[in-house]
Amino acid sequence: MRKVYTKIESIAGNVISVKAEGVRYKDLAVVKSSQGSSLAEVIRLDGDKVNLQVYAGGRGVSTGDEVRFLGHSMKVSFSDNLLGRIFDGSGKPRDNGPELEENLIDIGGPSVNPAKRIIPRNMIRTGIPMIDVFNSLVESQKLPIFSASGEPYNQLLARIAMQAEVDLIVLGGIGLKYDDYLFFKNTLEEGGAMNRTIFFTHTASDPMVEALLVPDISLAVAEQFALQGKKVLVLLTDMTNFADAMKEIAITMEQVPSNRGYPGDLYSQLASRYEKAVDFEGSGSITVLAVTTMPGGDVTHPVPDNTGYITEGQYYLRGGRIEPFGSLSRLKQMVNDDTREDHRALMDGMIKLYAAYNESLEKKSMGFRMTSWDDKLLKYGDLFEKTMMDLSVNIPLEAALDRGWEIMAACFSPEETGMKTSLIEKFWPKN
Amino acid sequence: MARATGIVVGVNGNMVTVSFSGQIAMNEVAYVIVGDKRLKAEVIRIRGDRADMQVFEITNGIGIGDIVEFTEEMLAVELGPGLLTQVYDGLQNPLPELAAECGFFLERGIYLQPLPRNKKWDWTPVVQVGSEVTGSATLGTVPEFSFEHKVQVPYYMTENYKVVSITEPGSYNVDQEIAVLEDSKGNKYPLTMSFFWPVKKAITAYEERLQPTEPMVTQMRLIDTFLPVAKGGTYCIPGPFGAGKTVLQQVTSRNADVDVVILTACGERAGEVVETLKEFPELLDPKTGRTLMERTIIICNTSSMPVASREASVYTGVTLAEYYRQMGLNVLLLADSTSRWAQAMREMSGRLEEIPGEEAFPAYLESTIAGFYERAGVVRLRDGNQGSITIGGTVSPAGGNFEEPVTQATLKVVGAFHGLTRERSDARKYPAIHPLESWSKYKGVIDQPRADFARKVLIRGTEIGQMMKVVGEEGTSLDDYLIFMKSEFLDAVYLQQNSFDPVDNSVSPERQTFVFDLMYQILGSDFDLTDKDTIRTFFNQLRQKFIDWNGVEWKSGEFESLEREIRSMVKDKSKGLSKEAEDISASIVGGQ
Repeated sequence: MRKVYTKIESIAGNVISVKAEGVRYKDLAVVKSSQGSSLAEVIRLDGDKVNLQVYAGGRGVSTGDEVRFLGHSMKVSFSDNLLGRIFDGSGKPRDNGPELEENLIDIGGPSVNPAKRIIPRNMIRTGIPMIDVFNSLVESQKLPIFSASGEPYNQLLARIAMQAEVDLIVLGGIGLKYDDYLFFKNTLEEGGAMNRTIFFTHTASDPMVEALLVPDISLAVAEQFALQGKKVLVLLTDMTNFADAMKEIAITMEQVPSNRGYPGDLYSQLASRYEKAVDFEGSGSITVLAVTTMPGGDVTHPVPDNTGYITEGQYYLRGGRIEPFGSLSRLKQMVNDDTREDHRALMDGMIKLYAAYNESLEKKSMGFRMTSWDDKLLKYGDLFEKTMMDLSVNIPLEAALDRGWEIMAACFSPEETGMKTSLIEKFWPKN
Repeated sequence: MARATGIVVGVNGNMVTVSFSGQIAMNEVAYVIVGDKRLKAEVIRIRGDRADMQVFEITNGIGIGDIVEFTEEMLAVELGPGLLTQVYDGLQNPLPELAAECGFFLERGIYLQPLPRNKKWDWTPVVQVGSEVTGSATLGTVPEFSFEHKVQVPYYMTENYKVVSITEPGSYNVDQEIAVLEDSKGNKYPLTMSFFWPVKKAITAYEERLQPTEPMVTQMRLIDTFLPVAKGGTYCIPGPFGAGKTVLQQVTSRNADVDVVILTACGERAGEVVETLKEFPELLDPKTGRTLMERTIIICNTSSMPVASREASVYTGVTLAEYYRQMGLNVLLLADSTSRWAQAMREMSGRLEEIPGEEAFPAYLESTIAGFYERAGVVRLRDGNQGSITIGGTVSPAGGNFEEPVTQATLKVVGAFHGLTRERSDARKYPAIHPLESWSKYKGVIDQPRADFARKVLIRGTEIGQMMKVVGEEGTSLDDYLIFMKSEFLDAVYLQQNSFDPVDNSVSPERQTFVFDLMYQILGSDFDLTDKDTIRTFFNQLRQKFIDWNGVEWKSGEFESLEREIRSMVKDKSKGLSKEAEDISASIVGGQ
């Protein structure tokens, strides 16, 4: 029987401290208060003083409440019974289904030995040309969707959840608006994708500390399925809320703040989550797509900035579509050699021309006379935006590549495109 | 003296506070005993009977009262034959062996021996009994792939010693005795093929440091022609994320003309490191015809691995580089990314609650960065040979802003700056090094005056391009428009290079010189082109031919036929070299 402590020494925000012995770093405790009982995690040891973050929050916790240490760190139940279910940030059911307690696994386990990784090589098709053609999603990749607030990032995520060619989706909601939570739930149910989905969700009105658990729980579960050979796609929205929750705790703990009040280990903290993306040799894989909203639309803000250096590229969502500039899938190079021989050249060629189109557009807006070359570019840009970039376009990769050639042929002569002669001979539309 | 012991009295992230008794040293290594695990840690501050230590592992499960054992040693790496081809973490743990032992995941507290113990090396002694030797003197050699690995007197042995025994030629492993030395007091030192050296201390067992002068060819036109790197020099590659730092490093590590390449991934993405890890054994070194891995060491401490070992990883890398330099080899150390390393320093400094400097980096950031880059250099060794270490570090500045402290501290101490820009990578212009904002203090493969002329065309072309945005194409004179198109042409077919094209990805200095000659003809020519549309059409066609030309094998039939076509296109429209271009050419020929 473990000792129960009944004297809480200090309560600051969601962090409490008690004097206790035999406690280990990252152990869990149960805090029983008039608000109900909540899990709490050891976040600092200093002599006999133990700091704990209370998952359900510090509100209403009194100095005389009971604290009981469990002697182990956070765990979650893992089995096939998770499929089709919805849970909150601490793993409790949110869907009136039964509580799951069998086969508990640790969350936030060690990282994968780089020597055991394999080179990413399988493309995950989504039917969205701006992804499939220009920035292919690759199995085991980790990608953020950088997005200003107000952009349809959750719609995009839901569409990817419906269409992506994977075995299993783990959807982690962090600080979700209740409406968005319902949107995901309804879309997945109506689209028939719920039975291959596990949904861990923390909504904006839930205790803030629970937000910290969602990525770890989602990824721990994904990892177990991947080790069983499943191709898992983890969708997280929104990681900025996760970072903000960390900031709150760090400041409560009176840590020396780094950039804009975020803790000094922001990079390491984000990295240890994103690095869970992996393709296991001889087994399954985890691919991570995570929304990162940019406060004030500013990509240099510490959260998107650090994220950008951890992930293998990014999708920029701007004006309701995936921007070709800035968007990048570093790993596309691993796969688009095997799709079709024109894939790589076409995506580069088309973006170069689109960059030139933007310059012409700028000139036009300043009232300059358009040359015949400008006119061609303007026509090209318009066609490209309407028939490729629009997020409602839903066609297979090969059809999208053909469409790319058609767009170029409708606007330019072959040598104006900067494409290699051998490719032009093979793919330039003949009529 | 008995080793000091201590007990844990505090845990905060990866920092552990220990109450100790006995004598301990700053940067001493200690082990925290947690259950059946021994977690490696380093002392980073001592106050009274309390020591703060950074633990090189995840600290979960450490409790108050856990025992700490001090080792009396600083963090060190093992030097000896068998380092090449290895993949280590920041603490010199061989990762493939770790995988064989533990499977997919990195288990805590398991430290394996860095060098293979059962491998036998063909030993040939080069000294006799009675010879006088000191630290870094070669005792004998063993073949390590295509190198003659020099087994040396450990560098910490700084006195004069007499060889009292030397082992016969034969086949031995690294633990077998190969010599016994004796100092003037009669103390005897039995030696094996390997010894330890503390990573944070530079190896200075050489005669003198020399000026780096010889170019280190990277086979990238933009670098070798315009922004060269010297053997023994330093350079940095800052850039926003997604601008292609990693690809640039990968290409350099494959093609650079050096003997040994050491790749240090500190805090980078595992997904990218694995490309190198799996590809190198399959790629052939054009010089030796054998796998690239045979001249490579990879230090791999990815972003999810503990922050303290990330901090150690660049030191581990540079110490191994110094060791091979001591054999008279040219070594390239690529560190990706030094910002992550600096961030690791910031993280620890924050935990120590030190007064933060600019952007919360510690006050000693600049001196630490300078100290690292200063470990590069060309040196004359005690045996008269020369060896060099070239250091290339990527920097990941917050927000892609080069004003930030890590970039600025780095720029002060490097010899070349390859700044990547978002603007160029957005326009898919790779390598996305900005040709005008970047600089180099070293000499490249093209004669300076003509390279400068080409650069001037770029500068002028960029100015005209800016002006055109204001006054429009029609407000630009025909002459200016021609210069603009020349600079665009230079950019498109010479500065840009396709790292995924089997031919274009690496261009020999001979080919660069050859192609540059023709490029110079084009840039320096007056053309008989009478309106903007004909200028544009002409350069579009020329560009098309040049792109095709870049993609065909050097000196092949196709290469020559495309060259003839290009030359005839140029000849048709060229009115000959301008006076200025002619003069520059003449001055070079005259000067030679």
